[in-house]
Amino acid sequence: MPSILSISGVSKTYATGFTALKEVSLDIERGEIFALLGPNGAGKTTLISIVCGIVNRSSGTVTVDGHDINKDYRAARSLIGLVPQELTIDAFESVWATVNYSRGLFGRPANPAFVEKVLRDLSLWDKKDAKAITLSGGMKRRLMIAKALSHEPRVLFLDEPTAGVDVELRQDMWAMVRRLREDGVTIILTTHYIEEAEAMADRVGVINRGEIILVEDKAELMLKLGRKEMRLELRAPLGSVPEGLSNYALELSPDGNQLTYTYDNQSDRPGVASLIRDLEAAGVQFRDLDTKNSSLEEIFVNLLRQEP
Amino acid sequence: MNPRAAMNLRAVWAIYRVEMARAFRTVLQSIISPVISTSLYFVVFGSAIGSRITEIDGISYGAFIVPGLIMLSLLTQSISNASFAIYFPKFVGSIYELLSAPVSYLEIVIAYVGGAATKSIILGLIILATASLFVPLHIEHPFWMLAFLILTAVTFSLFGFIIGIWAKSFEQLQLVPLLIVTPLTFLGGSFYSIHMLPGIWKTITLFNPVVYLISGFRWSFYGKADVSVGISLGMTLVFLAVCIAIVAWIFRTGYRLRN
Repeated sequence: MPSILSISGVSKTYATGFTALKEVSLDIERGEIFALLGPNGAGKTTLISIVCGIVNRSSGTVTVDGHDINKDYRAARSLIGLVPQELTIDAFESVWATVNYSRGLFGRPANPAFVEKVLRDLSLWDKKDAKAITLSGGMKRRLMIAKALSHEPRVLFLDEPTAGVDVELRQDMWAMVRRLREDGVTIILTTHYIEEAEAMADRVGVINRGEIILVEDKAELMLKLGRKEMRLELRAPLGSVPEGLSNYALELSPDGNQLTYTYDNQSDRPGVASLIRDLEAAGVQFRDLDTKNSSLEEIFVNLLRQEP
Repeated sequence: MNPRAAMNLRAVWAIYRVEMARAFRTVLQSIISPVISTSLYFVVFGSAIGSRITEIDGISYGAFIVPGLIMLSLLTQSISNASFAIYFPKFVGSIYELLSAPVSYLEIVIAYVGGAATKSIILGLIILATASLFVPLHIEHPFWMLAFLILTAVTFSLFGFIIGIWAKSFEQLQLVPLLIVTPLTFLGGSFYSIHMLPGIWKTITLFNPVVYLISGFRWSFYGKADVSVGISLGMTLVFLAVCIAIVAWIFRTGYRLRN
């Protein structure tokens, strides 16, 4: 089945001369959760804005479910819902009015039952008559989501959806995103909270300085680029790493009580077993050991460091 | 929406309804305030000056200024309604929703300009009703009165829409109405006939487009005009065409919207 969203050779240079995107190509599969990661100013929001029709691109093509975003903009845009980064709502409109406005704007006939369901799902039903200006930050964020969902989109862009949102609400939003995915909605999210991408995404794309530097299945990425770390709590402190263990590039903590051994996930011979044998041979005894995988965040930081 | 549909009429209606709702939400500012200022114009100009100038072209001074007063409000309110309507979402950032919706440029213009023009036409009719409380009114050409009212409201709402897109600040939003439109309206024969001006000023005044609007509108009331009604209508249509051309260019290039 063809991709739901296909971005091909898209570039954007602003009137100031700043190039925000350089020949970006990306395919988003139907029904997946795709996390687009990148530092501030990397081009995430520009890319989303181009796909949604908010910013004109300088070159390249974009299709949504086969519809060109320019030639067939009505069909393309009807399929997309956007929750932007900033809380931008007409402050003087009521929750009910503004969500129905969004539905009408996208050409959908009035459907009070559906709008009620969206508001109830987002715990906004009690506030339906409240003006947007009276809502808390978290509620405004949910209202933005309700507006984006009001016309039943098939592709949902979430640009930093949980920025400034408390932990409980963040968990609720993650649950909502998973429910949407179960309903067949494709979700593309940008986030600063990489744990969010780690918890939710099927695939991850990394963008830096306007270029996509990596697109990978999240699990494969963590396996491929991730590192493992083994920490040993020693019975007695060491002054230095014993001679016979110098091949392992061990790190000794300043107090001499902990040895850390880092190795690649994919390495054929991580040497954990031989390290333990060599430790015994060198007379180093340990009380406890634990291992951990590197997080997506660490992978992300390492990727950006490798960029020239 | 049905992607094959020729027009997204639901979107036009959604925008139009929000614009009209704003007018009713701010009824004091939108309706009552212009009515009070018009009444004050009657007190100051109609009574104070009218006691010295009894008639112009055989029309009592109080009745003579009615078309000009309506035009004054129509022009300023059309511009401010439309400029604010499109500038406000730009200012708060909610314009993203409009730009990402399956809405054509034509639909956006119809909705915003339609909303702004409707409000100022309603206001014009309210001012007309208010004026009838002060002076006896007679409308010789009701069809043309309505035609001039609608044409002017639409033209200046388009002009306001352009200003709203061009403006980068609230100061710029007020700049053109305050520094250009209001002076042109006051100097456009709202309160006098241009035949009362000395020679050179009469010629200079003919470069003021508002003269033609007021003159044509006054003709629809009393059958008397400073300039021929055909020229008035022509000038209004020329200004309308210029505004349409600028709006078309704005949308084609994405000027200050999609850049």
